[in-house]
Amino acid sequence: MPDIGVRNFAGGINSPNPFWLASAPPTNTGEMIMRAFDAGWGGGVWKTIGEPITNVTSRYSATDWNGQRIMGFNNIELISDRTVEQNLREMAEVKKRYPKNAVIASLMVASTREAWHEIVTRTEDAGADGLELNFGCPHGMSERGMGSAVGQVPEYAQMITEWVKEKARTPVLVKLTPNISDIRTVARAAKRGGADGLSAINTINSITGIDLDTFVPRPNVDGKSSHGGYCGPAVKPIALNMVQQILADPESTLPLSGIGGIGSWRDAAEFLLLGCGTVQVCTVVMHYGYRIVEDMAEGLDNWMREKGFKTLEDFRGLSLNRVTEWKHLNLNYKIVAHIDEQKCIGCDLCHIACWDGAHQCIHLDRVTGPVDGHLELHRTPAAKESESRASIAETPVTRKERAAAFAPGPYPAPLERISRVDETECVGCNLCSLVCPVDGCITMVQVDTGLKPETWDERTRGAACVPTVGEPAN
Amino acid sequence: MSTAVLPHDEQLRARFSELKPALTAQAAVIEADRCLNCFDAPCTAACPTHIDVPGFIKRIASGNLRGSALRILDANILGASCARVCPVDVLCEGACVLTRQNRKPIQIGQLQRRAMDAFWASGEAVPVAAPGTHKLRVACIGGGPASLACAAELCRQGARATVIERRELPGGLNTYGVAEYKLRAADSVHEVEMIRRLGVEFRCGLEVDSAAALVALEAEFDFIFLGLGLGAMQRLNIPGEDAEGVMNALELIAAYKTGHLRELHGTVVVVGAGNTAIDAANAARRLGADTVYMLYRRSESDMSAFDFEYEHAKQEGVQFLWRRQPVAIGQGEHGRLILETVQAREADGKIEVIPDSQSAIACDLVVPAIGQSPLTQILQELRGVQARDGKIVADRVTGQTGNPRYYAGGDCVNGGREVVDAVAGGKRAARAMLKEAEVAHA
Repeated sequence: MPDIGVRNFAGGINSPNPFWLASAPPTNTGEMIMRAFDAGWGGGVWKTIGEPITNVTSRYSATDWNGQRIMGFNNIELISDRTVEQNLREMAEVKKRYPKNAVIASLMVASTREAWHEIVTRTEDAGADGLELNFGCPHGMSERGMGSAVGQVPEYAQMITEWVKEKARTPVLVKLTPNISDIRTVARAAKRGGADGLSAINTINSITGIDLDTFVPRPNVDGKSSHGGYCGPAVKPIALNMVQQILADPESTLPLSGIGGIGSWRDAAEFLLLGCGTVQVCTVVMHYGYRIVEDMAEGLDNWMREKGFKTLEDFRGLSLNRVTEWKHLNLNYKIVAHIDEQKCIGCDLCHIACWDGAHQCIHLDRVTGPVDGHLELHRTPAAKESESRASIAETPVTRKERAAAFAPGPYPAPLERISRVDETECVGCNLCSLVCPVDGCITMVQVDTGLKPETWDERTRGAACVPTVGEPAN
Repeated sequence: MSTAVLPHDEQLRARFSELKPALTAQAAVIEADRCLNCFDAPCTAACPTHIDVPGFIKRIASGNLRGSALRILDANILGASCARVCPVDVLCEGACVLTRQNRKPIQIGQLQRRAMDAFWASGEAVPVAAPGTHKLRVACIGGGPASLACAAELCRQGARATVIERRELPGGLNTYGVAEYKLRAADSVHEVEMIRRLGVEFRCGLEVDSAAALVALEAEFDFIFLGLGLGAMQRLNIPGEDAEGVMNALELIAAYKTGHLRELHGTVVVVGAGNTAIDAANAARRLGADTVYMLYRRSESDMSAFDFEYEHAKQEGVQFLWRRQPVAIGQGEHGRLILETVQAREADGKIEVIPDSQSAIACDLVVPAIGQSPLTQILQELRGVQARDGKIVADRVTGQTGNPRYYAGGDCVNGGREVVDAVAGGKRAARAMLKEAEVAHA
């Protein structure tokens, strides 16, 4: 049975599983964190502790997509609105009752050595297993010289990390903001400052939308809004990229707690495959509650069992070196789309996507007769559609007509609606397989080009870097 | 035109409550989001009027409800009634690709209704070209869906059209012949009102029943469109058929929809097993009949009614008597009727009576529902318009008849199909007339 426990993360943090609650509303109080631990969360990063603030209402807004709520989530809430004393008293209580779970204190105080020394000492005295320096909060706090105002300036980030390390006895994680052109610049600064680990990414500056009746962006605070921090499923690809950038850079890399749109064990496995040691979760908990961790732990366990991994270390970072610069990709690798006629339902989204969004290689000509090659020989989508609109259709009213209208053919879809890939023209871009609503209907199949692998780097090494004939100019 | 003859009747409303209540606004958006937005969508191809189904559905999803409704109305001016009466199982929804993925088809009819309801609620009018854009005047004989669609299309393009209807209210079977739980007569009249606002002139209560009347119309109009529908219900041709207590299916449906028949009791026998027969049988149940039989001379697998209609009738409590044929209607006690029947069987595709199989059903109402007869009489009056098998012979694409000034569409051409087929026929004829007129004036 696989072991999903985390040992000695960032030089000393242990937790029964890699699933930590991120510093956010779900970790606002000791009572909440204890309920989260009961539900199965391995660790929790306390809602950022500092000088108590005053919040506004409203605070959140979301992006829904295609009938699904909260594809992306945005907040303008600040750090804890409770006193340091209250938070630390509860933290001590939590640590006493849940010694095996990781309790990390997220901290944000004014940028003075004394303030940081004081909060570090007090927090560690309360029993925190580690500290997370909030250099990421993109709204409100940054206007007061804290949060991302620190995280966007490598020198500040390094300086404060050094102050903290002067006092800290537990591992120090620096939480990075993505609101910077290259996240590695601050990761390197944190490393130089002596950080034991990193957390990435914090939320992304955002305006989620504007009310088309009142013209006020959301969330609406008495007729005005302010940019917030974006998170949730929508940001996962951005987070994965930044995590990869940090972990692939020798000057940045440190034990990393991955954050950004993680909503399931699958997402978590992806962050771990890039090299994260733990993951932090928030939005999906705000949507569904602490209970979702059960499937996260179970799903990860089952996947590890299926793959033969015994510990998280068995697969951590396996995918990191699978990301490379474009110039190291094999130019002679070729795949083409293949449509499984038995699975096709005849929606023809692949056809229109290929014509209008790709390279005009998928045609509706199985009945009229296939034509490969020259684009001019094919009917355009518009011509095909106008033919259909000009046709005469009648309601099949008799049993005989109905039987004829719904007569089964050799495939589930009528042959004229099963599109055909012109493999001589297919560029293997994947688009059709991405739009196809049926799992496994369109697969990308490798074809032998008869050429040895060759990268752009190899092709142009030593030569002037000019595109050769037949290569795209960029 | 008034709705005065359609009194607001709470009892009728209650007894014929809608079979498919409208989707809520959010349910409609959720359903609209399920639509894959197929290219050259099969639902659009299956629709006789070729409504751009994904187009109007995605407009519901985006909240562009006016655009959605106009998308529907561009293709099918009777989009509101079609949303309610179309047998979507064998049309758009039957063609939905999701069924091939073992998923429920998109509720296209319900979504269409959502768009149309919102359009009606908004009080918006359908945009029309300036009257007189086309110097064309057309008379549409018959006030049913074919003529309405033809006249509406003509007026939308800026021509003039007049609908001539022999009944008090236009709408044809939409007003008088569709089960009230699918389409309320008041909603049909509302839809006609929308068409009137396009500029269509209505002459109701006017029967065109002589050559002289046609000649007069020819003098007034450039073209004449025949949207005559079918003839009267077929007779059973058995003794006693004209007795009191015998009322054909269309008479029964029209009577309850207009408030003239409010209550039934006892036993009702409907003869026939088509969709109209089922509408009548269900209506009899809802009007209070304790027992409703449907009598059919063939078997269950031969009935022409759609499967979903058959299932619905069973749910309503209609009982089916297969391979049974009426032979006479006699008088019973207390003013009741005695329907004499025999059992039939099929041999070599022919129906023959089983000897000594007589049985009698004591009942209170007999409802013949074995289809409408062809329009033989009026056709003899029309000069140069040919008919075959009781159907007007017209070009499949243009609807033009043997007399180039006469066009035709709907049931009188196709022998009796659905509202949507009539709309398609009327629209095609209108476009053909406009084209013909353009050529003539060019």
